[in-house]
Amino acid sequence: MSEPIAVPQEKAGYEPRIVAFFCNWCTYLAADLAGTSRMKYAPNARVIRVMCSGRVDPQFVMEAFANGADGVLIGGCHFGDCHYESGNHKALRRFLLLKRVLVGMGIEEERIRLEWISAAEADKLRDVMTEMVVQLKALGPLQVEVPAEGFSEEADLAEVRA
Amino acid sequence: MSDKPKVAFYWCSSCGGCEEAIVDLAEKILDVVAAVDIVFWPVALDFKKADVEAMEDGSILAAFVNGSIRTTEQEEMAHLLRRKAKVLVAFGSCAHLGGIPALANLWDREAIFRAVYLENASTDNPDGVLPSVSTPHNGDTVTLPGFYDTVRALDQVTSVDYYIPGCAPTPNVIADAVGTLLSDDLPPAGTVLTPDIALCEECPRLETKPEDLSLERFRRPHEVLIDEETCLLAQGLLCMGPATRAGCGQLCINGNMPCTGCFGPTSKVHDQGGKYLSALASMLSALDDDDIENALDSIPDPIGTFYRYGLASSLLRRRKITPVDA
Repeated sequence: MSEPIAVPQEKAGYEPRIVAFFCNWCTYLAADLAGTSRMKYAPNARVIRVMCSGRVDPQFVMEAFANGADGVLIGGCHFGDCHYESGNHKALRRFLLLKRVLVGMGIEEERIRLEWISAAEADKLRDVMTEMVVQLKALGPLQVEVPAEGFSEEADLAEVRA
Repeated sequence: MSDKPKVAFYWCSSCGGCEEAIVDLAEKILDVVAAVDIVFWPVALDFKKADVEAMEDGSILAAFVNGSIRTTEQEEMAHLLRRKAKVLVAFGSCAHLGGIPALANLWDREAIFRAVYLENASTDNPDGVLPSVSTPHNGDTVTLPGFYDTVRALDQVTSVDYYIPGCAPTPNVIADAVGTLLSDDLPPAGTVLTPDIALCEECPRLETKPEDLSLERFRRPHEVLIDEETCLLAQGLLCMGPATRAGCGQLCINGNMPCTGCFGPTSKVHDQGGKYLSALASMLSALDDDDIENALDSIPDPIGTFYRYGLASSLLRRRKITPVDA
């Protein structure tokens, strides 16, 4: 595990940090298409290519939030289009259960989003990304780090464990 | 004093079950006492903190600490025992992962004090008195330990050498771990002293676990007549076996009840609850949003189920604290 990244505190000029997991067969290609089509959209996402939205382990999402992400976007294929037949259905089930857990942990539900975006839907990708950035800006930084409460050694221990 | 190795036991935020587990060694405890000197054990022996402070640093071979850390006093004792002991062992789920007390991380100090001392139906506290670290009383000052917002596992407060998992650790696990610690062949620091495989792999019902499960919904133990030989997951019960470390001897399974996850995750898993929810969600047969939401309603308390013992050591560790200025 990497070290937690300091989240910007100031709201003015605040740029949300999004970790995006895009399926190799659809949403990742949509992002490619958006690029080659010279579409303009918010540059806030760090895109991670996965072979299928069903590969996105809930631990990836939690680790992203724990390490300073303000939002997580998962992009997969429309139903019927999954390269592995049912990966996107699994992704949806995991996503809905994960969302229940994250909301219970105080994370606003707008911070995690699952979208079906085909390789041709560059415009949808642009719209989703732009909308999510607007929503996250309204919410402000996530700040999930646990207050140290005088546990002076805790920061050092985190380094030892990493 | 004899020159037998010295050991210490201490309890922090815990229920006493771990102390009970040591007593449950029954006559084996005589073997332990024959091999070591117990120099500190508040639940059973009359040694004081000052006695421990008077010892030389590193003079205790092993200190076994159970319970999670939620007060300043527990934090102080964790540091003291860390200093005095060569080997610090986190004993039981609470010290290992935060345990049941760490479910309090879904709230904070203020909410807990309000519920316990003001709003609880059985509480009679007309003056609204809340615990305070220092209270004047008849010209004197009465003090209490400070109470933290967040419950911590032992290794989130000080460095820990070994972990003995379980709520509570079973006699076999304890005896094996003590044997390991007294041997010349010490495992690397940070080791959890039980097998690093999932409970399913040593489950007597493993053969009845289907390759692919397809469940309409999950069931709670009171909703189903539980078959004694079939995989509990296959019967729709929320058995934590796939995401839990083995070594317990399958006590719950043999009692025909699902695993609740007290041994924590294997070393390959970062977040026991996240891993388990991933496995569970793939077992459902529902395909669209509405059917999935309906099926998920059969898990009434996801966090309390997936993180029953491990909320403090999960990736997120606690419910987000809302900043004061918000």
